[in-house]
Amino acid sequence: MKQALFGYLQSKVTPGEAGDMLWATIYVLLVFAGVALAVLFMNWFERKVMAHMQVRMGPMRVGPHGLLQPIADALKLLLKEDVMPEKSDKLVFWFAPVAVCMTAFTAMLVVPFGRAHAITDMNIGVVFMLGVSSLSVLSIMMAGWSSNSHYPLLGGLRAGAQMVSYEIAMGLAVVSAVMLTSMSTGTGSLSMMEIVNQQFQQGRWFAFSFFPLGFIGFVVFAIAMVAETNRAPFDLPEAESELVAGYMTEYSGFRWSLFFLSEYTAMIAVSSIAVTLWLGGWLRPFPNLLSGHRWDLAFSWGPAFVALATAALCFFYVIKMSSIRAMRLNRLGLAALAAVLGALGLLMLLPPVASRIQDIFWFSIKVAGFMYLYVWYRTTFPRYRFDQLMKIGWKVLLPVSLGVVVLTALVGVRHELLPLVWRVR
Amino acid sequence: MTQNNKFYESVEEVAPGRTFLDSSELVINMGPQHPSTHGVLRVILKLDGEKVLGLDCVIGYLHRGVEKIAENRTWAQFNPYVDRLDYVAAVSNGLGYCLAVEKLLAVEVPKRAQYLRVILTELNRLASHQVWLGTHVLDIGAVTPLFYAFRDRELILEVFEKYCGARLTTHAFRIGGCRWDAYEGFAEEVRKTCDFIVPKIAEYGELITGNRIWVERTKGVGVLSGDDCKALGVTGPMLRGAGVRWDVRKAQPYSSYDDFEFDIPIGAAGDTFDRYMVRLEEMRQSIRIIRQAVDGLPEGPLMAKVPKMLKPPAGEVYQNIEAPKGELGYYVVSDGGPQPYRVRVRPPSFINLQALEKMVKGQLVADVVAVIGTLDIVLGEVDR
Repeated sequence: MKQALFGYLQSKVTPGEAGDMLWATIYVLLVFAGVALAVLFMNWFERKVMAHMQVRMGPMRVGPHGLLQPIADALKLLLKEDVMPEKSDKLVFWFAPVAVCMTAFTAMLVVPFGRAHAITDMNIGVVFMLGVSSLSVLSIMMAGWSSNSHYPLLGGLRAGAQMVSYEIAMGLAVVSAVMLTSMSTGTGSLSMMEIVNQQFQQGRWFAFSFFPLGFIGFVVFAIAMVAETNRAPFDLPEAESELVAGYMTEYSGFRWSLFFLSEYTAMIAVSSIAVTLWLGGWLRPFPNLLSGHRWDLAFSWGPAFVALATAALCFFYVIKMSSIRAMRLNRLGLAALAAVLGALGLLMLLPPVASRIQDIFWFSIKVAGFMYLYVWYRTTFPRYRFDQLMKIGWKVLLPVSLGVVVLTALVGVRHELLPLVWRVR
Repeated sequence: MTQNNKFYESVEEVAPGRTFLDSSELVINMGPQHPSTHGVLRVILKLDGEKVLGLDCVIGYLHRGVEKIAENRTWAQFNPYVDRLDYVAAVSNGLGYCLAVEKLLAVEVPKRAQYLRVILTELNRLASHQVWLGTHVLDIGAVTPLFYAFRDRELILEVFEKYCGARLTTHAFRIGGCRWDAYEGFAEEVRKTCDFIVPKIAEYGELITGNRIWVERTKGVGVLSGDDCKALGVTGPMLRGAGVRWDVRKAQPYSSYDDFEFDIPIGAAGDTFDRYMVRLEEMRQSIRIIRQAVDGLPEGPLMAKVPKMLKPPAGEVYQNIEAPKGELGYYVVSDGGPQPYRVRVRPPSFINLQALEKMVKGQLVADVVAVIGTLDIVLGEVDR
């Protein structure tokens, strides 16, 4: 029993690869719970960041600084009446949110959170992820069509056209990154784990390989993934000032919350592809500039430092918060949060714990950076019109990504072409 | 609602048993509960995919019969009602009505009252344009500028509140002058508000004007030439955006507007972007006028000699003013009695709305909301 439980911890491969079904199940549950929690937190984070950019406070009432607001919202959505339009195609209407959730979570199967922290490692990981996440367009079109209503239909049509056209640019950008994996060994790989390992061996993130090329590929992907997940400024399928709520117009309550959940899960999924392919996945920053064992140790304390800093911040606010009776529960809650974070931070200072945690930490930090960008876009940009969106997809992103693929291949084969393109090392 | 026009008939009505999925044409209702029709405007759109084949506006959801009410109220009693027409620019509405009745009575309003009226009306123009800016940009998808615009509008509303106690439906003026004098510190507060808003207008410009997406969404969208404007009776920033230099404040000055120096900004292309630039510049010009009026605010009485019970001599007048949305006119008829015989309002929003179909036909659904935003309509004024 003990053997079965702890046997995996010494392993250097993912549970899926090791054929350890017990741990694979645990990982699936962990990833599912973690992503669902991250979506809840993201909900709060988005509202807070948007609020502060828009000179207002955002949620403040439920929990300290509204931290428990998403939980209250989720409860409300669960308790709402389950409305299904009378003239809708009932089966498809019922299945669409389930399908969209399924695809979004299935894509998380191969996301490498750390050296051995993934549910499994497929040799076609990237292709699997792109394929599964692009299936979500089907369920969105199902939702738009089955509602038997005008606005959802228009939203579904827009979503279909948009996601299909941006997938091409996205796929080509991924090809350019995958080609870079064969630079040191001569054999490339589509496995998510192997892509990160290659970045470790080559000593640089692919965003900085063949300097402008890798970066352009990265930028193309970063733009296409916003369109792929239907977020502002490409949020045409659910443009609230034009199509009310697009394909989600007829959905409410729990079904709507499934769409919400899958939208944010998809955002996390595509951000993890970007992080894995171009930003070194779980690798710590500055591998060349600050190398050596001391720096390794210092960077492994990153998570502990963040936890302790957050705890200190919470503690500071506990002191600053007014001591009126109505705020007592809030204060206590925040103090408890500070204590838990502080204890965790101290625990993470221990080298064995730190070395296990830091991979997940660096990966999550990078993904969180993308999440912040998503919110930033949403507060800053107006929305594109449909024809302009198509123009960008087909006339700008597609040629650019094609060019990046061709140039990367040329430079990769004929190294004497390298001086043509500015080189980092 | 009965509609005799063939235009509304969707596939379901023409061929029973078939749905809109069987046709390439789609008839959709935008409104009256749509998020971006600025109230209760209902636009029936006929679409081919995303392209607008034609549209029809259904109005009247906010009809309160204000013009009929006027016939059952005394001249003074009707004054607060006009605030409810264009509730975003209540002060301008009040000014127009008061000027019309004063013209009928042939009273000259004291200079101090005229200057006070100019200050408050121009402040109201700023507030109205801020509401327009926030909602227009929100329609095109940028959520943030709305909050900035409303934050800055708050200062102006505070001036109104201190002056007359109300923020929105102010009832600031009386027939014959002003009921209240400028409160203590009025001049300083108005100057401070101006000083605060000038850099804020630049900030709106930084946030929006240079934004590529904004430029792409507004340039060449909803084009209305100067001749079209004249043919349709479109006035205000819409007319000036098309390059016609027409401003009632300059052309037929009222309430001492000829004492102040200001420019009339005009556009060239007559598209949504030009109208946006015209309105931004108008805000700067309004601040110029306010500053001059505050500096030159004369001393003297506030009210002209008008009787308690107004009985204007029988006759009819038309008085137009430059409201934030366009030319606001009051056609007032008196039969010599204590109540108006007829009050007809020429609402700029209502008349500007007629241009909607011409502006969006052949364009995309997304342009419809952009054009409704640039029309700057207030449904209280459209429906009356």
